[in-house]
Amino acid sequence: MLDYTTITVLTGALLLGLTAGSLGTFAVLRRQSLLGDALAHAALPGVVLAFIVTGSRSLGVLLAGALATSLLGALLLDRVVRRSRLKTDPSLGLVLSSFFAVGVVLLSYAQRQGGAGQAGLESFLFGQAAALLRSDLWITGGLTLFALGSLLLFWKEWKVATFDPAFAASIGLPVAWLEAALTALVAVAVVLGLQLVGIVLMASMLIAPAVAARQWVRTLESMTILAAAFGATAGVVGTYVSAQADGLATGPLIVLAMSAITAVSLLAAPHRGLLWRSLQRRIGRRDATPDRVLTAMQRLARDHHNPTYPSDLGMLEAGLGARCHRALAELEASGLVERTVHPPESTTHYRLTQAGAEHAGLEAS
Amino acid sequence: MTDHEAHLALHIEDLTVAYDGRPVLWDVDLDVPTGVMAAIVGPNGAGKSTLLKAMLGLVKPTAGHVYVLGRPYREQRAKVAYVPQRSGIDWDFPTTVLDVVVMGRYGQLGWLRRPGKAAYDRAREALEQVGMSDFQDRPIARLSGGQQQRTFLARALAQDADVMVLDEPMAGVDATSERAILEVLKHVRSQGRTVLVVHHDLQTVRTAFDWLMILNVRAIAQGPVDEVYNPTNLEAAYGPQVAFATHQGS
Amino acid sequence: MTELLTGVAFSVVATGMLVGWSAAWLGTFLVLRSTAMITDAISHSILLGIVVTWWWSGQTSGPLLILGAALAGVATVFLSDALARTRLVKDDAAIGLVFPALFALGVLLINLLARDVHIDQHTVLLGEIGFVWLDVTTVAGVAVPTSLLWMAVVTLINGVVMMLLFKEFQLATFDPGLAAALGFAPAGLAALLTSLTSVTAVAAFDAVGVVLFLAFAIIPPAAAYLLTDRLWRMLLYATFMASVASVLGYVIAAAWDLNIAGSMAAVAAAQFLLAWLLSPQQGLLAQRLMRRRERDQHAQEAMAVHLCQHEDDPEAEVENVVGALRSHLGWRDATARRVVAQGLESGLVTRDGERLALTPLGRALAQRILGTPTGAR
Repeated sequence: MLDYTTITVLTGALLLGLTAGSLGTFAVLRRQSLLGDALAHAALPGVVLAFIVTGSRSLGVLLAGALATSLLGALLLDRVVRRSRLKTDPSLGLVLSSFFAVGVVLLSYAQRQGGAGQAGLESFLFGQAAALLRSDLWITGGLTLFALGSLLLFWKEWKVATFDPAFAASIGLPVAWLEAALTALVAVAVVLGLQLVGIVLMASMLIAPAVAARQWVRTLESMTILAAAFGATAGVVGTYVSAQADGLATGPLIVLAMSAITAVSLLAAPHRGLLWRSLQRRIGRRDATPDRVLTAMQRLARDHHNPTYPSDLGMLEAGLGARCHRALAELEASGLVERTVHPPESTTHYRLTQAGAEHAGLEAS
Repeated sequence: MTDHEAHLALHIEDLTVAYDGRPVLWDVDLDVPTGVMAAIVGPNGAGKSTLLKAMLGLVKPTAGHVYVLGRPYREQRAKVAYVPQRSGIDWDFPTTVLDVVVMGRYGQLGWLRRPGKAAYDRAREALEQVGMSDFQDRPIARLSGGQQQRTFLARALAQDADVMVLDEPMAGVDATSERAILEVLKHVRSQGRTVLVVHHDLQTVRTAFDWLMILNVRAIAQGPVDEVYNPTNLEAAYGPQVAFATHQGS
Repeated sequence: MTELLTGVAFSVVATGMLVGWSAAWLGTFLVLRSTAMITDAISHSILLGIVVTWWWSGQTSGPLLILGAALAGVATVFLSDALARTRLVKDDAAIGLVFPALFALGVLLINLLARDVHIDQHTVLLGEIGFVWLDVTTVAGVAVPTSLLWMAVVTLINGVVMMLLFKEFQLATFDPGLAAALGFAPAGLAALLTSLTSVTAVAAFDAVGVVLFLAFAIIPPAAAYLLTDRLWRMLLYATFMASVASVLGYVIAAAWDLNIAGSMAAVAAAQFLLAWLLSPQQGLLAQRLMRRRERDQHAQEAMAVHLCQHEDDPEAEVENVVGALRSHLGWRDATARRVVAQGLESGLVTRDGERLALTPLGRALAQRILGTPTGAR
């Protein structure tokens, strides 16, 4: 069932998921989520230039070119943010679109030069998993090993530089170099993904695993491992579905698999997930007891020197940190409070009745 | 609404603002008479800026309402000038001092109408009042902190509002600018208009202001400065250390 | 040059220029609001909108497609905002989660539904401005390329809105708090900007493609931002640079047979590099010159103060010589010589052999720094 090509692609997707997932963790935590998007677009001119210069279509050559312009893009981005009044967001857009424009121009040049050689350069836009050769896996594997190895080697340095750069600098770590190296590793991960998911969708492979992992765990170690696992899972699932259903592109399927994992994590993860939170709010926010509500209203009446001070429901709930409408209904039924209006506000207010003010011996005066 | 309330510059009742069910402001009542210079003080996180923003409809309150000069704030927008915190502004924005001050006239102009000569004349007058006439064509990117604040003050003056609301106008401002700002605000008060300032410096509260509100999520105390500024109230807001030190020091 | 005047050249350059104008006007505010990357996201999600609208209506161009696709762009902004508001995700990560998912879904739907139809992700991404003249609509007896026609309509709408609401957009971008307090509905204006951006991106995509639309929206305004401190001038400069980029980009592309839209965007990128390098206020060269001037000024002041402090000393003979500047102020030989030369030139000091003396001008400078009133000694 699994043919030679499929196994090759599966291996490639697995390696990409591991690398992008673990490095994406750092990118997301450093608030550089969209760096990967810019670097992926910046890789296009490199790919084409490498082909034009060498005339070779071997993956190693093209990826070397991609890595070169990707790094140049990162460098330029850093310079623009530091040395111009442009903020990070427009600088990202600037680098992304400028490099891509140059890439498109070079691509048309390469196409004009003709020859069968240039065919398939465009596949880097959306990835073309089927074109991955077994021999290419040596490159993919080597880059993965390099990226993950560096991560392990400098783990504690990168951890502290990501969490608290000022402190890291104060204990003598070369923070600027550590950050530059981390950016370079992100570029490596991006380049790894070009063949499989392509330029346009690469951002997702860096961001989504990290975001998904963050919802389940609390430490950097477990977050990195889980993100790598998510990335690898999405890679394998996407490739597998693509191999089964003829004509469906692998890259988009990998990204959709990853997006599904992320959606589930955002919704259902314990403690942080949206469903979990809304459930907890429903269970956890108990009703206030009628006694507490009555005491609060008596205190408000006293503070405002107004025995029939109209209290807003939202205000009572914010103050007591609990839901109040049931308690108020009970109090209303026993004749201790009554509904009222307090123009110009349109919401329902409650005030003490004579009986409510005197309840439990608190004088209305 | 009582007759007394109708004559207040600012009348806030039961104002409650909550984020995620946690109250930032709770059950705050505030009355500011017309023609005073009022300060709101309180520790960090006391909800001072939130109070201003809720007042101006910039955050949605959970409960409560705001009256300005006897009518709901929504109907009185044109009568309130607002000076936001300087730190929340992008000072690299491509514009000049005069253009910023002209923005003060936008409320009177309403939608679609462009500022004309009258608006520019009023803006120049306001710049004169804060001593910034020489800087009218200067890009705002090349102003010092004090000059930025004076530009914003001029913009508020150009609004010709009866109530002026300022969020931390003295933060990060040099002593000369601080004095200049206080002088302008006193002048505004002398015209019978009302000034409300979120302030961080307890030392200058007693000398510069005549009305005080101490806030810490709830309204701790409010009234004429001499009645409100005492160790009991400060301790209730800031805790014993600050209250003691401040009272000794002043 | 005659080639430029033929119908093909005209329609291509005109389309490029209209895209450039619209993008420059919107982009000025997009850059100032730091919403470039959400624009990137909008322009990608259009693919899904196009596919879904086509599937539903069978149309591959026209106002319905523009609206349907633009809706997808607006939905992207809405989804990213909603995701960021949960506070589970930072806003930049939210953008990066939403648009790849929508784009991937779009590609997949094309794979599934539209294998034989002329809609594909390459066209959406890259556009094909060279072919705009192929599809022609007749308006009042005149044949006009359809893309050009729609781009003209969209540009007109953008122009009118920008003209009418210039003041409102300016205030809402600079100080949203005041805008809200004055009743100018900054959230509504932001939504309007998002909608216009989406519509423009859709109208532009089959000419220039979505990524190059982003290039037109970000690069000329970013370059203009480095050249001026006035908002209206920024709009004007960006419009001008976009126009130059369209014409020059076309000429270059035609000469070497290159991708036209890419060439236009690449010219824009070159314009940014020039502005960044040469801008009189913000440019890298200007910054360097200013730093050098400041350094020289400080050196002159240090020398003047040093000479002034030792003027009446018995040690003046050893202190106020060129050599002493080296040892006491820690200057290298070359630095000391350059500072002295500049001091002589600007008339702050005089030199007698190795011995240096302040002129009245130099003494005044030193005393101003030291805070002693002139003539007090």
